[in-house]
Amino acid sequence: MPEPRPPAAPEFDVVVVGAGPAGSAAAVQLARAGCSVCLLERGPAPGSKNLFGGVVYPKVLDDLVPEWREEAPLERWVTRRATMILTDTQALSIDFRSTAWGQAPYNGATVLRPVFDAWLASQAEAAGAVLLTSTTAVGLLRNGSGGVAGVRTDRPDGDLPAKAVVACDGVNAFLAKEAGCAVPSKPSHYTLGVKEVLALPADEIERRFGLGTREGADFEILGGTGGVAGGGFVYTNRDTLSVGLVLSLPALAASKCRPEEILAGLKQHPAIAPLVVGADLVEYGAHLIPEAGVGMMPRLATEGMVIAGDAAGMCLASGLWLEGVNFAIASGAAAGAVVADAVAVGDVSGRRLEKAYRKRLGEGFVLADLERLKRAPQLALSERLQHRYPQVICNLVEEMFTVTNPHPKPRLLALARAERARAGIRWRDLASDGWASVRTFL
Amino acid sequence: MATTEFRVAPDAHIVVDGDSCRGCTTQECVTACPAGLFVPISGGGILFNYEQCFECGTCYLVCNTKGAITWRYPEGGAGVVYRRS
Repeated sequence: MPEPRPPAAPEFDVVVVGAGPAGSAAAVQLARAGCSVCLLERGPAPGSKNLFGGVVYPKVLDDLVPEWREEAPLERWVTRRATMILTDTQALSIDFRSTAWGQAPYNGATVLRPVFDAWLASQAEAAGAVLLTSTTAVGLLRNGSGGVAGVRTDRPDGDLPAKAVVACDGVNAFLAKEAGCAVPSKPSHYTLGVKEVLALPADEIERRFGLGTREGADFEILGGTGGVAGGGFVYTNRDTLSVGLVLSLPALAASKCRPEEILAGLKQHPAIAPLVVGADLVEYGAHLIPEAGVGMMPRLATEGMVIAGDAAGMCLASGLWLEGVNFAIASGAAAGAVVADAVAVGDVSGRRLEKAYRKRLGEGFVLADLERLKRAPQLALSERLQHRYPQVICNLVEEMFTVTNPHPKPRLLALARAERARAGIRWRDLASDGWASVRTFL
Repeated sequence: MATTEFRVAPDAHIVVDGDSCRGCTTQECVTACPAGLFVPISGGGILFNYEQCFECGTCYLVCNTKGAITWRYPEGGAGVVYRRS
């Protein structure tokens, strides 16, 4: 075995691995701070390996790319947001609209990741980062004292020495694992997202969802997942619909159900079928979501390396609020700023990086939101919420509105009691779930 | 999936060790893989096809036999190419 050559003098100050939202945000910050940055992407183009529901809340770009409202390639401004609870035969929606969300300063927008991510990466290039696509990081380079000193890629002679690395390599977080920063991976940390993109003319989308031009709908669904814990979604893009599921990985594996069959079942539900009829499939894919938030967060830095975005478990999967891209952008930008400072003073020790990074993140929303909502994923995937409450609630509503002449109208409380008993929910479970919801969300 | 683009590399990026799989009774990969790439073979064991892999990571996470799946990303530029997701 030949002696390993010490890494050559760095060509770049920093290598950012992954040109998704976290990586591109980091690269923008680093380039603007005067660092030479290589932004590495294993796909042929940024975003080509990314798939999500989904909705982006781009306000986080106000400082990074102030002209985002005019220039970011967004599909539709979400003005209608519904949470649906489904059973096999019923659907209950809380369906909200706001005209404010359709006007500046706006709120959320649907995007196509290959388009949005490519735009954000081009901002990094415009700032001076060197984008290197079709190049996979296959390992970390180490310096004499064992600190991270760049990455090894799969290109011939493909070592990229650097003073520091920002690992934005996504949910599977291989660099964090190699660096010894990651917590042991468990299936319960993840949900599997599967999604169909269905083509429908823009005016037909507007007709079916009652939207104005450029307005969009965001439907989050509880139930309709074939008995596998998780949820569903329908989002409207310009001339396509995104319809999909998010499924607990251990529940999916144990069920022996195929995710594509569960998705076919959701599309046939009486509340969903009319929305998707006649819409042809244009793309299908799947991607994991780091569901467990703080429960799966790695050590955020080690000597020469900082971790951001999905690779750091920084995704808010809280049932009510589902946000990943804004968390990735904010954490990537924070990582970039912190690494730029560290490189400038020549101190990339793990202690310094982690302290500065946590402090910077603490000034924003990323850690605070994940910490505050840390019980939410477990609540959202709990047995009663997934498998019993939907039926109880829907049955209650159905009974409320079914006219049973000649019988006099039943008292609602009596109906509720009967449904609760039928579903085998004990009063103390109801109380404990109620209290858990209050603690988590209020 | 006829509609999703895949740039197929000459070599498989994920390797499944047939010997390790032969004794597996759960075979959770078979149903959990969203691309249906794991096929049970009669007489025990698994046939795996890498060409239409979404590179999600489900298989290595649900597999309960250490060493059965060697999981990597495909070589740079190869594999799934999302365009409208």
